[in-house]
Amino acid sequence: MSGRSLNLLGLLLVGVVGLAFMFLTPRLAELDTVLDLTVYIIMAVLALSLGLIWGYGGILCFGQSAFFGLGAYAYAIAMFNIGESTVPVLLAIILPAAFAALLGYFMFYGRISDVYLGVITLTVTLILFNSVNSTAGPNFHIGAARLGGFNGIPGIPPLNLPGDKNAVIDLEGMFYLSTASLLLTYFGLRLLLASQFGRIIVGIRENERRAELIGYDPRAYKLATFTIGGALAGFAGCLFANWGNFVSPTIFGLAQSAQIIIWVIVGGRGTLIGPIVGCIGIQWLSAALGANQPSGGSDLWSKIFANAPLILGSILIAFVLLVPKGLVPTLAEIVLSLFRRGRRSEQRGLEPQQAE
Amino acid sequence: MATPLLQTHDLSMNFGGVRAVRNVNFTLAEGELRCLIGPNGAGKSTFFKMLTGQLAPSQGQVLFRGHDISRAYAHQIARLGIGIKTQVPSVFDGLNVRENIWLAASRIGHRDEARRLVDEMLERIGLTKAASRMVGQLAHGQRQWVELGLVLATDPKLILLDEPAAGMTHDEVFKTAELVREINRTKALIVVEHDMQFIRMIAKQVTVFNQGSVLLEDNVENIMRDPRVRDIYLGKQAAA
Repeated sequence: MSGRSLNLLGLLLVGVVGLAFMFLTPRLAELDTVLDLTVYIIMAVLALSLGLIWGYGGILCFGQSAFFGLGAYAYAIAMFNIGESTVPVLLAIILPAAFAALLGYFMFYGRISDVYLGVITLTVTLILFNSVNSTAGPNFHIGAARLGGFNGIPGIPPLNLPGDKNAVIDLEGMFYLSTASLLLTYFGLRLLLASQFGRIIVGIRENERRAELIGYDPRAYKLATFTIGGALAGFAGCLFANWGNFVSPTIFGLAQSAQIIIWVIVGGRGTLIGPIVGCIGIQWLSAALGANQPSGGSDLWSKIFANAPLILGSILIAFVLLVPKGLVPTLAEIVLSLFRRGRRSEQRGLEPQQAE
Repeated sequence: MATPLLQTHDLSMNFGGVRAVRNVNFTLAEGELRCLIGPNGAGKSTFFKMLTGQLAPSQGQVLFRGHDISRAYAHQIARLGIGIKTQVPSVFDGLNVRENIWLAASRIGHRDEARRLVDEMLERIGLTKAASRMVGQLAHGQRQWVELGLVLATDPKLILLDEPAAGMTHDEVFKTAELVREINRTKALIVVEHDMQFIRMIAKQVTVFNQGSVLLEDNVENIMRDPRVRDIYLGKQAAA
């Protein structure tokens, strides 16, 4: 089987599993499970946005939550002012994308090194956190929308079908919408990465200097990648604001920023399934651990198991040390090597000869 | 007289107080093959970096096909038609051979044309069978070929080769010399090399760099007889 047919098989598998999950879950699961799954899936869209810019574009952005939060706030604020969700959704995509483009322009065209890029994106996120956090008074409002400061914005009106204010999307509808969005994002990114653009950004990740010397402008490609990532994160933020009908500045917080990176590390960079798996897996685990909490066993073990950050931290360290490539690439390697062992290894002859 | 392909005027590069390249006036005719020699630290690599936009000259000008490229970005210069094969192979290690060549070919041709260019190039550099191998896993010599394939696939007018024969076996050196001559049928080349045997196989005209300036320029035979070249170059190598 060639790499190409393996690829197609993978795509088909994701499509079938994704669609089955989308249509069967609401029929088989309780509503509160569906609600939990909805937020996992929304976060998976966010994870994919970093999966694109870090995993494929090689841009380690610590501030993906900035675009996520901007998307959520843009939707909320526009919704209170407009009342019909078509424009707010568009704004929740365009605004973060424009912000990413502006920020990216200064970072990439200023030729800032990778480390500083991380510092700047993180700082921007924290600035947003602090700014929004201190807008509690009634004098802070945009049109009809009060920013609410650290209290956040409650009661955000839900999405409606485009053009019809009264056709509000209900909780189950949100599940369908989020899952469909995730699937579309996944397949859209697959298409993007298979295009010339996608292959060039991977080339730039592999060797920026070489890409330049054959005539590609890395700054422009990185900027475009970063902007697409910002738009996706913003869209995820819009879905998130809908899911809880609530948004608060913690969305910009350090914990949120770190979490996105952890999802991608655990799931695996340089894949798209990885960030999805990492994101959903870790959120599920956090919820499961959190559920232990009130049981209140006083012995050491139950105390440890009740401490979700401790367990998650240990998992992260274990991954960085033992599975540095992440879950999905490592599993793929294992499967491929088993697969290869099954075949006659005719390629042996091409192995590089050991220099004596 | 036809305008030269490449010309530098008073080209200089200072690193802090060190003058790595000093007032170099260099001219290359259309279709010419020139060798650059000189001891380590003579400024050859810095000179190459200025020609390709990897370093902005402290002073002076580079003219390529009539354009002033002294302040141009590396990708713009590449698009004007200068390709470079660096000393340590600079390739896309995480991609396979075909993808490497494709990235270069797809800048000048789309879809089917790029695919055809890639197939041709793989044949030419003798890596058709290894097309799906990861470049990072190839032997040093093969990575050199991949890089050369990459550069050729962008169809430049001028190719800079920085020590193409370094670390190659005798047979590979011979094969490389043959390829360089073949490339020269359609393109101009500047080749930095230490291997005199290799230079003899390919060059007519040689420029000698020493301490950042051009010491002399002459044909191979005269250069190899010149006592000054022996002093700065062979003498130093013998001492090393």
